[in-house]
Amino acid sequence: MKNLLFIAVVVLLLGAGAYAAFFIAPTDAKQGLIYRILFLHVASAWTGLTAFFISFIANVLYVWRRQPKWDWLGVSAAETGLVFTTVVLVTGPIWAHPVWGIWWTWDARLTSTFVLWLLYVSYLLLRTLIEEPDRRALLSSLFGIFAFVDVPLVFGSIRWWRTQHPQPIIMGEPGSGLDPLMYKVLFFMWFAMLALMTLLLRQRYLLEAMRGDVETMRRQMEVA
Amino acid sequence: MTPQAVCPPTVRFESIDKRYGGLYALRRVSLEVASGECVALAGRNGSGKTTLLRIAAGLVRPSSGKVSFSLAQGREIIAERNAAFVAHATMVYDELTAEENLVLFARLQGVAEPAKRAEELLHEVGLFERRDSLVRTFSRGMRQRVAIARALLLAPGILLLDEPGTGLDPQGIAWLAETVRRMRDAGCTMLMSLHGESEISSLATRALRLDAGAIVADTRTGSSVRSILAFTDA
Amino acid sequence: MSLLSNTTILLGKELRTEFRSRELLTTTIVFILIVLVLFSFTFDPMSDEARRFGSGLLWLAFLFAASLMLQPCFLREQNNDTLSALRLSVSDPFAIFLAKLAANTLFLLLTELLLLPVFAMMYNVPVLPVLHWLVLVFFLGSLGISVAGTALSAISAQARMRELLLPLLLLPLLTPILVASTEVTGALLDRAPYVQWKGIGFLAVFDLVFLTTLWLFGEYLLEE
Repeated sequence: MKNLLFIAVVVLLLGAGAYAAFFIAPTDAKQGLIYRILFLHVASAWTGLTAFFISFIANVLYVWRRQPKWDWLGVSAAETGLVFTTVVLVTGPIWAHPVWGIWWTWDARLTSTFVLWLLYVSYLLLRTLIEEPDRRALLSSLFGIFAFVDVPLVFGSIRWWRTQHPQPIIMGEPGSGLDPLMYKVLFFMWFAMLALMTLLLRQRYLLEAMRGDVETMRRQMEVA
Repeated sequence: MTPQAVCPPTVRFESIDKRYGGLYALRRVSLEVASGECVALAGRNGSGKTTLLRIAAGLVRPSSGKVSFSLAQGREIIAERNAAFVAHATMVYDELTAEENLVLFARLQGVAEPAKRAEELLHEVGLFERRDSLVRTFSRGMRQRVAIARALLLAPGILLLDEPGTGLDPQGIAWLAETVRRMRDAGCTMLMSLHGESEISSLATRALRLDAGAIVADTRTGSSVRSILAFTDA
Repeated sequence: MSLLSNTTILLGKELRTEFRSRELLTTTIVFILIVLVLFSFTFDPMSDEARRFGSGLLWLAFLFAASLMLQPCFLREQNNDTLSALRLSVSDPFAIFLAKLAANTLFLLLTELLLLPVFAMMYNVPVLPVLHWLVLVFFLGSLGISVAGTALSAISAQARMRELLLPLLLLPLLTPILVASTEVTGALLDRAPYVQWKGIGFLAVFDLVFLTTLWLFGEYLLEE
């Protein structure tokens, strides 16, 4: 019951956010309708990073405490983050094509997001290659820690690289030319996305917890 | 090869649990090995013998419980510096010579005059003539001797052996048994896991059987050493 | 025994083992040569482009070579379980990592310096006037590659498909190294060479961050 209520709340928030993005936010003079995808694109990026941060904390906690629940949280947050990051990578070209006429620009943020995406795909791949659950949890947590520590370095270095080799910037410099009302809509959209993230995270976590229990039972039966 | 400590340490396992992903390798194992005792550990594969020894050696962290080592005067000492561990993997480098291996580990552990100590041990295990040969060229029996020499670099008071006779020919086993006997008679505390009866098992002053991670038989509580070891593969 | 002395002793062992067989060094050098030659077919090596692309290709070659060279790092310690012997003998497990990463940095640096004259000839770039700066950027870059690579090699050694896994984990992680090193090297090989201090600073920061992370979490990488 509580679950249904929460889902309803999330749907409502997302609906409100979409409405705001289409009807409340002012029109951009130059780009017309397509710029509105910014609200989805940027909010997803921030949400993805939030999810990866949660994964990082879970990884550290697992290494420290060794309780399986931190591992479950770590993988759930990483997968959830990957979903939102994929949205960023897909909406980027969708925006770029009508505006620039090209599908991909090596925009600093988009490129960094791509590397981020690759890092967490590797994290998930690593997990499939280790069978023993405790080992898998420990080694993937350690990799997750190295990966997250790398994230600011990736973003920083690629942004610096862009100052040497200017590329088209998707959606404008952060903070340039965004109407205050647009900001409000963006933050609201982010809030809605965080609610969605929490929902996805929770579902995935419960699934992982069940998988963990099933696997333990299966291994116990094999031994007996 | 005289053990360093005049009174070799007592080993105490307190309520040791070891879980691997929900499966128990060791279940609330409590055990005290008295100073100078030579204990044989019997049990099927997967009964927890290796795990117990590796916990004692400091290679594996127990999920709960602890291992402690104390001298007769009651002082606690640090495990890793005093427990020598011999497994059936040799734990020496194939690409280095016997002497280089021993000098390397001697220096790492802070042995005074590492070269001299290495030479001493090479003589003791009968490998002095082959000291400049790469371990890669050694037979299984010779590699086991290097392994034992490595373990004895610090003249330890405790010796942990994990199925040390695996892969050895009768000659090798005889040599090993002789070495174990000498260490035992010199008063070293010993804990060794074995598979069935052999020259080595007959040296034990006490025997234990592990099954599914728990101690199920102990000579201290009545069973005889022979009966414990005979049931190993049952 | 102190961390420094243990590290020095182990470093001696790593160097002695490698110089006896030279297998890592020779295979790495040949691999980089192959990559450099193959790259020459993808653009006109005689044109001005060579100067611009050259540094990027060089670092790409180094990265690929390193991701192969670093695989045996912990794999060979599984032979005869020598890793356990090391763990029993050293007082601080970080010494094991320090020694290995120092050795790997030296091997990488050696192959890079040996190949530099070959590269200079093949792509007609002047390296002598900026040699000392090149050595600096090679060193900082190789150090970063080694720190991350040594850590990840400890992880991949415990998983399946380890030959493919290490490059998969390592290459995205090393993006900042590729970006910064290429920029600095490119600037040094330019018609009007100059020192990119920001890039060098970046490399130093990367090295420091990863060394610190390895120092904090290294012992867990070696756990059984």
